[in-house]
Amino acid sequence: MNEGLLIRPSEVAEVQEAVRAHPKSLPRGGGTKAALSTPREGQAVLDMTGLSGVLEYDPAEYVLVALAGTPLAEVEALLARHGQYLPFDPPLAELGATLGGTVAAGLSGPMRQRYGGVRDFILGVRFVDGEGEVVRGGGKVVKNAAGFDLPKLMVGSLGRLGVLVELAFKVFPFPKATATLKVTFDRLEEALEAMYKLASSPLEFYALDLETNPATLTLRLGGQPEALPSRLERLRAFLGHPPDTHTLLLEGEKERDYWRFVGRLEWGHGYLVKVPIQPSRIAGLERELPAGMRRYISAGNLLYLNWPDSIEKLDNLLKSQGLRGLVLRGDAEPAVSETLKSPLIGVDWEHSFARRVTAALDPHNRFSPNP
Amino acid sequence: MNPALSELGRIYPPERLLVQPGQLVPYESDALTAFRARPLAVVLPETTDEVVQTIGWCARHKVPYVARGSGTSLSGGSLPVEGGLVIGLNRMNKLLRLDPAERVAVVQPGFINLEVSNAAAPYGLYYAPDPSSQPVSTIGGNLAFNSGGAHCLKYGMTSNHVLGAKVVLPTGEIVELGSQSLEGVGPDWLGLFVGSEGLMGIAVEVTLRLLPKPEKYHTVLAAYDSLEKAGNAVAAVVASGLLPGAMEIMDHLAIEAAEAAVKAGYPMDARALLIVELEGEAPEVEAEARHLGDVIAASGAYEVRVARDADERAKIWKGRKAAFSAVGRLSPDYLVQDGVVPRSKLGQALLEIERLSQQYGLRVANVFHAGDGNLHPLILYDGKVKGQLEQAEALAGEILKLCVSLGGSITGEHGVGMEKKAYMPAMFSQADLALMRRIRRAVDPDELANRGKMFPHSEAPALTPHGPHPLEKAGVIWRE
Ligand SMILES: Cc1cc2nc3c(=O)[nH]c(=O)nc-3n(C[C@H](O)[C@H](O)[C@H](O)COP(=O)(O)OP(=O)(O)OC[C@H]3O[C@@H](n4cnc5c(N)ncnc54)[C@H](O)[C@@H]3O)c2cc1C
Repeated sequence: MNEGLLIRPSEVAEVQEAVRAHPKSLPRGGGTKAALSTPREGQAVLDMTGLSGVLEYDPAEYVLVALAGTPLAEVEALLARHGQYLPFDPPLAELGATLGGTVAAGLSGPMRQRYGGVRDFILGVRFVDGEGEVVRGGGKVVKNAAGFDLPKLMVGSLGRLGVLVELAFKVFPFPKATATLKVTFDRLEEALEAMYKLASSPLEFYALDLETNPATLTLRLGGQPEALPSRLERLRAFLGHPPDTHTLLLEGEKERDYWRFVGRLEWGHGYLVKVPIQPSRIAGLERELPAGMRRYISAGNLLYLNWPDSIEKLDNLLKSQGLRGLVLRGDAEPAVSETLKSPLIGVDWEHSFARRVTAALDPHNRFSPNP
Repeated sequence: MNPALSELGRIYPPERLLVQPGQLVPYESDALTAFRARPLAVVLPETTDEVVQTIGWCARHKVPYVARGSGTSLSGGSLPVEGGLVIGLNRMNKLLRLDPAERVAVVQPGFINLEVSNAAAPYGLYYAPDPSSQPVSTIGGNLAFNSGGAHCLKYGMTSNHVLGAKVVLPTGEIVELGSQSLEGVGPDWLGLFVGSEGLMGIAVEVTLRLLPKPEKYHTVLAAYDSLEKAGNAVAAVVASGLLPGAMEIMDHLAIEAAEAAVKAGYPMDARALLIVELEGEAPEVEAEARHLGDVIAASGAYEVRVARDADERAKIWKGRKAAFSAVGRLSPDYLVQDGVVPRSKLGQALLEIERLSQQYGLRVANVFHAGDGNLHPLILYDGKVKGQLEQAEALAGEILKLCVSLGGSITGEHGVGMEKKAYMPAMFSQADLALMRRIRRAVDPDELANRGKMFPHSEAPALTPHGPHPLEKAGVIWRE
C-alpha cells in the first residue's frame, strides 16, 4: 500500500505549488467515490476540501460560482433558500461529495431527466494544468461560446487533465410542487415499453427511473401546484389506469425523503458502478445481470449498478454488451486500489484525439495513475 | 494547374473541384461580408473517404483549409484562408438514420438544421436548437459554432443536443466521439470538439438527440414605451420562478424593420417589444400562463397580445426571426454582435450601446435573447462611405469590451471566428489562451484547420503571396 503524501491546500497557489512539486498527484474531494480518489503508488493526494465556499451567487442570474472543494450539501442548501437547485441533481450529496469531485467523476442524478446532466449545466471552470498553471475556460454567464469548451471537457476527467479549483454552474428554479408516482409491472418488458412511450410523449418528468426487481417505473412530476392533480390524472390515464395495488403516490416530505434516500446510492455490499446506456440495450443487459440493486435513470440513459462480484467479471460482461463503466466505490475500500487496475471499464483513452488533448494539458504525465 | 492541384484532380471530378475565379467568388466570404479572401480551390466531397483523402492532401502539402457548410457564419468562421482550400460539405447532406423510438437522428454534416425537425415531425419529435438561420444553416456549421437560438435558456445550445460525432482529425485519423447515450464516462471529448470552430477537424457524421414536441405553447407579445420597462419585465418573470422557453426583446428600430419586411402586425409605436413563450404539458402551461399574465400585467406593458393559435404564434415569431435580415434592408451594410451580459446588467448595457451609437453617429438596432442576457446589436453602416466600416468595427469592439467589463462574454453563439479574435485577450488570460493554443497544436500540429481564426495574433502568411489583400490595404483585416 502506498503510504502516500497528503496535502491540503487552502489557496489556489498552494495547489500550483503541490502540482509542480510532485511527479504524480491525485486530487480528492469528499472521498465519497473511493475508487476514484484512492492513490496509487507514488501519487500525492491533494485534499481539495480546503478550497471551499460559494464565491458568487445572484439568484436572478441563475449562476452560481464556487470553489471546487465546496460540499454539494452546502450549495444545495443555499440554492434551496432561494427556491433554486442544481438541475443535474448530483448524487452522494448527503455523504459529503463536493462540486469538484462530482464534475471530475461526471455524475448526475435522477432529475437530470428534466433539463440535462452536469455537462449541460457547467458554465465555467478554473483549474491547475499539468504545468502548474492556473487556467480558465468558459465564463460566468448562462450563455457563452468564446474559446474551447474546457468546462465540458473536464466533466468526467477524473483528475487526469488537471486539478479543478473553481466551477461555475447554471442553476434553475426548483418546481413549486412535486409528486412522485411509482408504478410496478408484472414483467420487465412491460415496464420498458411504458418507459419508451412516456419518454416520447409530451409528458414532462423531473425523473423517469426504472428499477428491475420488481419492474418499477418511478415518475417525478414537478410544476405549479394547481396543475399537479390533473397532470397525475393524465399520467394514470396514459398508463392505462394501472390498478391501485400497482401504484404508489408519494407527496410532501415523504416524497422529498424518498429522493434524498435514492441520492445516497447506498446499496450495501459490492461495487457501485456508473454505466452510460441507452434504452435499447437494457433488455439484453438485464438477461445477463444477477439479481441485485440497480437503477436506470433518465429514461434508460444511465445505470447505477451494484455489482457484487469481481470487477474482472463485470469488465467482461459490459464489454460483451458493448457498454462502458466507471467504478465509483467498492465494498472493501482499502483493497480497491490494489485490485482495481483502473476504475474505467471499456473506455478508450488512447484514441488519437484523447491522447493529443491529454498530452497538451498534462505534458509531464503528472496526473496519470501509471508510473 | 499546379502539380498539387492536379493530385486533387485525381480525387474529384472537375465539377466538384472548383478553381476558376468565377467559381470561387461565392466562397470568398461568409455572412460577415466585410471580410473576403480568395481560396486556391474549392472541393465538394460526397463521402467520408473523400474528406479523409482531402485532409491527407492538405497535410502533405501543408495547405490550410476551411470546412464550409452554408457559409452563414456571422463571425467570419467560414471565411477562406487566402490561398488555402475550402472543403464545401453541402453535398454530404443525407439523413443516415432516424430512430424515433430511441429519439436520435444521425446525419451528415451538410444536412440542414430545419430538415432534422421536419424529418422528425411525423413521430411527434423535433430538434431543439433553433438558430434564426435554421432554414439554411447546416448541422456541421451548427456543431462547429455550438449555435444557439431563442430557446437556449431552458434547453441549451447545440452542444446539449449532440450525442456523438465521427470526426476526421487534421492528421487524417478518424475518431468517434460521444455515443448514443446522454451520459458518458471519461472526459467529455465530444464536448470539447463541439464549438471548436472548425479548428480541430471535420465532423462527417453527427448523432443528434430529438425531443418530443411540446404539447402546448403560450406565446405572449407585450409592448412597452421604454426598453427599460421591457428589461424589468424579464427580471420580474425570472423572479417569479417561471422558466419560459424563450424571452426575446426587440427595440424600436428592429420592430420597424421587421414590420416593413414581414408585416408581423407588431404595435408600431412601441419602444420595445417583449416576446415570452411558455411551452410544455397543457395543464402546466395553462397554470403558468396565469402567473405569467399577472407578472406581465404588473410590468407596465401598454399592450399585451396572446397568440390564440399556431398561426398567430408563427406570426409573432416571424417578425423576430426575420429581424436580422429586415434590419439589413434599412441599411446597405450591417454588422451584428452577440455579446452576453449578466441579465441584471441588460439595462445598463443597452443604455451604454445607445450612447456609443450616438457617439459614433451609427444607428444600432437591438434584438436579443433577453432570457440569457445575449445581446444582438446590429450596427448599420454604409460600406461605400469612406471610413464607415472602420467606424462600425470600432463601435462593435467597444460593445464587446463593454460586455466583458460587465462580467459577460464576447460571444453567446456566433463564435469568435475572424471577427472577435482580437478581443479574446479581454476575456482570457495569456495562460488560458496559451493552453487553448497548445490543445489546438496537439490536435493540429501544422495549424491547417481553419488557420488564422479564434486566436489573436494567429494570422498565418498566405500561401501564395498576392500582395496585401484589398481589405488589408484598407486596414480591415491584418496579420498580427
Ligand atoms: C440571418 C442569420 C441569422 C443567424 N441566426 C443565428 C442564431 O440565431 N443563432 C446562432 O447561433 N447563429 C446564428 N447565425 C449564425 C450562423 O447561421 C451559425 O453560426 C451557423 O451554425 C453556421 O452554419 P453554416 O452551415 O452556415 O456554417 P458555415 O458558416 O459554413 O461554417 C461555420 C463554421 O463551421 C465550420 N464547419 C462547417 N462544417 C463543419 C464540419 N462538418 N466540421 C467541422 N467544422 C465545420 C466552418 O469551418 C466554420 O468555421 C445566423 C446567421 C445569419 C446569416
